[in-house]
Amino acid sequence: MADLAHARTAPLVDENRWLRMLPDVCRWVLRGDEPVRAAAEAALGLPVPAEACRAGTSGERAALWLGPDEWLLIAPEGQEGLADRLARALEGRPHSLVDVSHRQVGLLVHGDVATTLLASGCPLDLSDRAFPVGMCTRTVLAKAEVVLWRTGVDEFRLEVWRSFAPYVTQFLAESARGTI
Amino acid sequence: MLLINCPYCGERPEPEFVYGGQAHIARPAQPAGVEAQDWADYLYRRDNVRGVHAERWRHTRGCGRFFNALRDTTTDHFLATYKVGEPRPAAGGTR
Amino acid sequence: MIEGLRTGHGGQVDRGRPVHFQFDGRRYQGFAGDTLASALLANGVHLMGRSFKYHRPRGLLAAGPEEPNALVTVRRDAARVTPNLRATQVEIYEGLVAESQNRWPSLRFDVGAINDFFSPFIPAGFYYKTFMWPRRAWYSLYEPRIRAAAGLGTAPTLPDPDRYANRFAHCDVLVVGAGPAGLAAATAAAQAGARVILADEQAQAGGSLLSDAAGSSALIEGRPATQWLTQALAALTSNPRVTVLTRTTAFGYFPHNLVALSERITDHLATPSPDAPRERQWQVRAREVVIGAGAIERPLVFSGNDRPGILLAGAARTFLNRYGVLPGTRAVLVTADDAAYQAALDLQDAGVFIACIADTRAAGAAGERARAAGIPVLNDACVLATQGRRRVNAIELARRTDGGLAERQTQPCDLVLMSGGFTPSVHLHSQSRGKLDWSEALQVFLPGASPERCRSAGACRGVFGLEAAVGDGSAAGAAAARDALDPRRSGVDPGGAAGRASAQVAPAPAQSAGFSGALPVNGRVRGRAFVDWQNDVTSKDLALALREGFRSIEHVKRYTTTGMATDQGKTSNLNALGIVASALKRTPPQVGLTTFRMPYTPVTFGSFAGLQRGELFDPVRRTPMYDWAAARGAVFEDVGLWKRARYFPRSGEDMHAAVNRECRAARSGCGIFDASTLGKIEVVGPDAVTFMNRLYVNAWNSLAVGRCRYGILTRDDGFIYDDGVVARISDQVFHVTTTTGGAPRVLAMMEDYLQTEWNELKVWLTSTTEQWAVIAVQGPKARAVLEGLVDVDLAPAAFPHMSVARGHILGVPMRLFRVSFTGELGYEVNVPADFGRAVWEAIYERGQAHGMTPYGTEAMHVLRAEKGYIIVGQDTDGTVTPEDAGLSWAVGKSKPDYVGKRSLARPAMSAPERRQLVGLTTRDGAVVLEEGAQVLAQSGAPVPTRPLGFVTSSYFSANLGRSIAMGLVSGGRARTGQTLYVPTEHGEVAVEVTGTVFLDPKGERING
Ligand SMILES: [Zn+2]
Repeated sequence: MADLAHARTAPLVDENRWLRMLPDVCRWVLRGDEPVRAAAEAALGLPVPAEACRAGTSGERAALWLGPDEWLLIAPEGQEGLADRLARALEGRPHSLVDVSHRQVGLLVHGDVATTLLASGCPLDLSDRAFPVGMCTRTVLAKAEVVLWRTGVDEFRLEVWRSFAPYVTQFLAESARGTI
Repeated sequence: MLLINCPYCGERPEPEFVYGGQAHIARPAQPAGVEAQDWADYLYRRDNVRGVHAERWRHTRGCGRFFNALRDTTTDHFLATYKVGEPRPAAGGTR
Repeated sequence: MIEGLRTGHGGQVDRGRPVHFQFDGRRYQGFAGDTLASALLANGVHLMGRSFKYHRPRGLLAAGPEEPNALVTVRRDAARVTPNLRATQVEIYEGLVAESQNRWPSLRFDVGAINDFFSPFIPAGFYYKTFMWPRRAWYSLYEPRIRAAAGLGTAPTLPDPDRYANRFAHCDVLVVGAGPAGLAAATAAAQAGARVILADEQAQAGGSLLSDAAGSSALIEGRPATQWLTQALAALTSNPRVTVLTRTTAFGYFPHNLVALSERITDHLATPSPDAPRERQWQVRAREVVIGAGAIERPLVFSGNDRPGILLAGAARTFLNRYGVLPGTRAVLVTADDAAYQAALDLQDAGVFIACIADTRAAGAAGERARAAGIPVLNDACVLATQGRRRVNAIELARRTDGGLAERQTQPCDLVLMSGGFTPSVHLHSQSRGKLDWSEALQVFLPGASPERCRSAGACRGVFGLEAAVGDGSAAGAAAARDALDPRRSGVDPGGAAGRASAQVAPAPAQSAGFSGALPVNGRVRGRAFVDWQNDVTSKDLALALREGFRSIEHVKRYTTTGMATDQGKTSNLNALGIVASALKRTPPQVGLTTFRMPYTPVTFGSFAGLQRGELFDPVRRTPMYDWAAARGAVFEDVGLWKRARYFPRSGEDMHAAVNRECRAARSGCGIFDASTLGKIEVVGPDAVTFMNRLYVNAWNSLAVGRCRYGILTRDDGFIYDDGVVARISDQVFHVTTTTGGAPRVLAMMEDYLQTEWNELKVWLTSTTEQWAVIAVQGPKARAVLEGLVDVDLAPAAFPHMSVARGHILGVPMRLFRVSFTGELGYEVNVPADFGRAVWEAIYERGQAHGMTPYGTEAMHVLRAEKGYIIVGQDTDGTVTPEDAGLSWAVGKSKPDYVGKRSLARPAMSAPERRQLVGLTTRDGAVVLEEGAQVLAQSGAPVPTRPLGFVTSSYFSANLGRSIAMGLVSGGRARTGQTLYVPTEHGEVAVEVTGTVFLDPKGERING
């Protein structure tokens, strides 16, 4: 029988000048208390933020604070083994580590119009002052829930549940039409 | 669209939140021993406050946490928000 | 255009750019910069509408958004039809087509005007009293006719082809109104370093400055006013921290300083870009708001005050100075206020003959200036009547003396200007839940304290006069910026125990207060004096309402309709209040004001919908296998936001045929079904089993790793909330499934108990609904299909019913469940979602040797009903207990507690007459009951009767060759074998009460 280990089909999204889909990555949701956070930080060599709504990065890896006991861990495709390493480091500490690599997709909204586009559906203040580079949070974009992470002055990474990705990209494309 | 001060995330817009009804209604520790009327009160009876109301909110599309808030129902001002388990703050006068 | 009606120079119109447009089918010419109102006036057209109720001919009253009469429909094409626009706000463009409203067949000859002759018989409340009986006729007969005869424009019937946009915006200071006060406020706030948004509803910023004569001597901060305006605007628009929005109405004020703005982007353009949104709705969150909404001139209430050619003095001045239009040739001014004298002087300068100024007050300084300019002034004046049919041609005046009237005179004129003084526009302040304080000096309501962080500046808080308004605006803008940028301040929410004191500075010195109410007349009054032009309410209507016992101003408003509809009493509120107050012998603040409802002026529905229409109305969620199903012609159904394949018709098949075939295939060979939409929650932690025990009704301690169990979730009221298979993946990990629609609410309920009741538990919840694609393989051949694809031993002994295992399918990691929602041997293959499509295709390909058939949700429903498996929300309705549903076997009865247990222990929850889920078998197997149909105890029971219950699920079962049904029936299980009756539109159907398992009652098929 054929081996399907590489037969992935991602949801279709409309890419455009300001929006593109990001490559597949490994994702986990890590849940636990402060010692779990600290242990994960040590095990991954990656800042796992204790501060609310902040992302820590190291190379291609990232840890996004989503709640006081919840982080979204992101690593490049192929680093699936990180989960085992983390699980070993956290052994004996109550925690939860759940693979959500396929649950969501990454989208990049970029360019000087990025905040304007997002402001058509996101009620947050996206000015540099209120939403600086490195800030991340779950929020809403129109009728979808997204994780919004400002990775640059004019660059936002969106993490969107896969079935909402076509809606989110269509919404952003429609808001770009005639506005910009 | 209210602005609600999540004790974890700070001031955030209402669409990120879900209202959770009156606060400080604890589920009885031993429900089996609770009289029917008391159980009915626990399930269904709520205050309808004109003034400062202690109520639950959940930052569902944010940090996901439940928390409590004192809101003046006549002005929609939030006098305080505080974490689950913390006592109701003195702020807020009458009820 | 008619030559003499346009001045040669001055104003904001571009005389070098003629613009052609149509009104009621006639072609006219105006200039760029004209509104429809000013352009029509320049063409000598005064008659612009018919009144709401009496169809009286009406012309312009005002020059701005307060215009109540000149409501027009603008028609771009069959779909782009906008009714009820105020001609004073419609900017003309080349090719504009506008129509008057509420007239038939034409504006000049309107059949409905017969209402005017019958008007003595159509007083306030007429419709309420007359058309009460028979009640049914109100809906079928009276209301449609009344609506056709009286009313506003007609809504378009085609879908709106335009696009609408939305924008969330945040600023330190939002300034509403770009008149002198607003401009000064925005300037001061910007200079203090604040992020500022300045919004104004007009095409140009400037407000009242735009209505000043070109040669006006007005100075602001030592500069000519026009120069000040140009410089202030230039500074604001070049400041990157400032956003200036014109054609933008602040129409609503919401809690925590959220102000909604409606920006009109393309309505003034002859050929808008198809990409451009027509409107953009802004939701602006401002740390501080400065309202510079200005004031609206008050009409005077005198007999015959509604003829075309009778307009507000300030409006006439605007038409003259801003648009270069002479609204008449021979004018009379009736005034209770000094400011209006300027209109008379400006018009006189432009060549209009001012026949007389009738001042309702005693002689004063203003009158002296007018007399010096050669204008006769009549003091203590009253208006007895006006004359003229489609336009005023004379006004009858007199002087009030102690005993009667003197100096009676009839002044021929084609223009009557009136002014009762100015009413501050407190709408937005009032919408902020701000209090209104009565000013004795000004005899108007002024903004008081607001729970929101807003302050009013300029004329809208009674600070009249240019210098004063500018100074007031400047102070308000500076204070707003200071408060917004205060580093001690944490956010926007105005909360804090004390709220916040009103930020108003001292009120301005009182000027003349003008007049509110019905102008006093000595002697008998002929004709009608209108208070509310838009709603056709007269002073007599108000008096009638009071005579009939209405005392509350809110009741008077509703009975007479004054201050209602799109107008919201902009010109009428204070006069109505004055009449009511004097009749009741109370002061205006004792009577009080009615609420100023939003929107300030009408806002299109499209603007509220924004981008969220058509495909973007709601997210459409599709599973990884959607494209596969679509390519095979599947018919989809909406389940929540999901599109699920309902059935897979082959050529020539209808739904019935396709579903029958799919059902037979699943029981004879095997079927494949996309179950990806099921909710999935990973429950992880050392206390996971404790958590599950407390939440679900089942006992979970006994569930071994590698095993599954059907779980039921009740709320604390004891009623079934959700159900689903729960698998124990490891000691500390449960894989919980929920119904498709229930996923978010189950997770929310779990989080609620976990965070607020049991936060000592070390357990965490993560939604994995979209992590897994779920492929159900069901049927006697299911094992044969999967064997060889998976690295799990599928032998019945090794992997019995209700097992779960981790493994691989074709190299893809998998969680394999042996579960069945069909009663057949069945598996559910969970793979990471991106692999769903490839794995599905591989299974399908392998399955072809075994007759594998894809089936949809319809067949799934039939298959599960054949086995009596319930669907939460279909066979339950929020009042059904596990026992009612026949699921007592699942309840962990020895557990001390679980959510719902205490309620289920109430005697009423096990009363024998409760509705219980039973099978209902029709005598004629070809008859399929309708879901929702009532179940009755007796044949031919007279109506009304009490039903025993209702049908919840009903299908034709191809496998059984007959119909099957389930229903909730009072005392149902004890009625087994009884005959009950289901009324249908084709007559009564007798049914036998049975068990709910129609097929394979011993459950042997599940073993393959
Ligand atoms: Zn939060």
